[in-house]
Amino acid sequence: MSTHRLAVIDMDRCVGCQSCMFACNRRHGSGGLARTAIHISSVGGIERGFSVRVCRACRDPPCADACPNTALLKREGGGVKLNPKLCTGCKSCIDACLIQAVSWDTEKNLLIICIYCGICAKYCPYQVIELQDIKTVI
Amino acid sequence: MEPVLSRVLIIDLSTKTYRIKDRNPLFSERLGGAGVAIRLLNEFCPPAADPLGPENPIILAIGTLTALFPLASKCVAMFKSPLTGNLGESHAGGRTAVTMRMAEYGAIVITGRSEKPVYLSITSTEVSFHDARTLWGMARGDTVARVIRSFEGIPGNRTILRIGRAGERMVRYAAVTTETYRHFGRMGLGAVFGSKHLKAVVISGEGSIPVTDGKQYRALYDRLFDQVTKSPLMKKYHDIGTPNNILPLMALGSLPTKNLTASKLENGENLSGEEFASRFLSRRVACSHCPVSCIHIAQIRTPYPHDPYFFKTTPVCYDYELIYALGFMVGVSDP
Ligand code: SF4
Repeated sequence: MSTHRLAVIDMDRCVGCQSCMFACNRRHGSGGLARTAIHISSVGGIERGFSVRVCRACRDPPCADACPNTALLKREGGGVKLNPKLCTGCKSCIDACLIQAVSWDTEKNLLIICIYCGICAKYCPYQVIELQDIKTVI
Repeated sequence: MEPVLSRVLIIDLSTKTYRIKDRNPLFSERLGGAGVAIRLLNEFCPPAADPLGPENPIILAIGTLTALFPLASKCVAMFKSPLTGNLGESHAGGRTAVTMRMAEYGAIVITGRSEKPVYLSITSTEVSFHDARTLWGMARGDTVARVIRSFEGIPGNRTILRIGRAGERMVRYAAVTTETYRHFGRMGLGAVFGSKHLKAVVISGEGSIPVTDGKQYRALYDRLFDQVTKSPLMKKYHDIGTPNNILPLMALGSLPTKNLTASKLENGENLSGEEFASRFLSRRVACSHCPVSCIHIAQIRTPYPHDPYFFKTTPVCYDYELIYALGFMVGVSDP
């Protein structure tokens, strides 16, 4: 089985349309933004361009180590898989992620972990992000 | 969050109080946007109101499709215009519409007048009134936004509406700026903000909108998204942008020129969208949930006259409207 991860190809092409965020949220069959795992915000004002916050599938992910309940399983090749049944919502993983790529659904009070499905990349009109097969990247 | 728009936030700047009303019937009859805004204006604006008096309300409203489908990115403002003394209707993009929806408001009504300069911070549950005396009179709007951004709202999921000095001084056609490059530009909303001592409004939210049939929703979304991104429908806005109109209008002799005294400007082709794109275009930007990205930003490099090797780089957002108004109308053909 192949393992995928998201890669940021060229942030300078990002226009800040947030289509990727809405796409991620739509996975759950709803509109809006509460459940997106990818976040686009300006770099200190729109005049300076944008930055993306999304899981980069660390080879050795600190979020998994931070979880006291083994709710985050390390994937082979990088990244994590969430077992929502074991998550108590203590947010230790959120604190452990330097790039703030672990999110929290404030509406449903649930942890949001990227599942590396690539739907965000599919809806990005400007090829800013891309789903990559970890094997071919390494 | 409720699947349909229904909440109206009513803020009184005089008493620094607010209430949230459920107005579901209003939104099901009028769908939202301009239809709801005009109803609310009728409700809140007394006859013979002074456009710059506390009695003139500011109504902001969004439509039902916002944050559900691409391109539904505009927010409408209704008020009595200080410019004409008549109906003021002005639309802006940026992140205002999506953020209002994410904070679960279909409309926001702002009435009264604060004694001292304030800015408002709005979330789905709360409105806070903050002292804005330090921001009053500030020359640059982006500085105002930067200060507010440093302690209000969620990055990416917020909008900051603000006025500049013209609004503060109630210049009758002053604009309200949102997200630096989008404006409630028409009919003097900025002056109405200024008359209320309202320097800025920041709104933030990140809800999700339940839909009845997720599968059909996604299918319809894809149809729209494909039409917008793959068909030539939006090409004009996407490629050259609104200045695409310059050359055709010039050829027709119908570009308003030299304060409407002429119909031709010598070397006017220097101001064409094509020329701007090839010489100055440096970045493209979009409003929230619009993949078209019609906002075209030019980069201007100016040397400091007495300091060699020092340059100022200024991003300038250009559109047809600005090129005709500040170029052709004024008779300037050198960009
Ligand atoms: S869809 Fe692409 S261009 Fe739009 S915000 Fe996301 S990364 Fe940027």
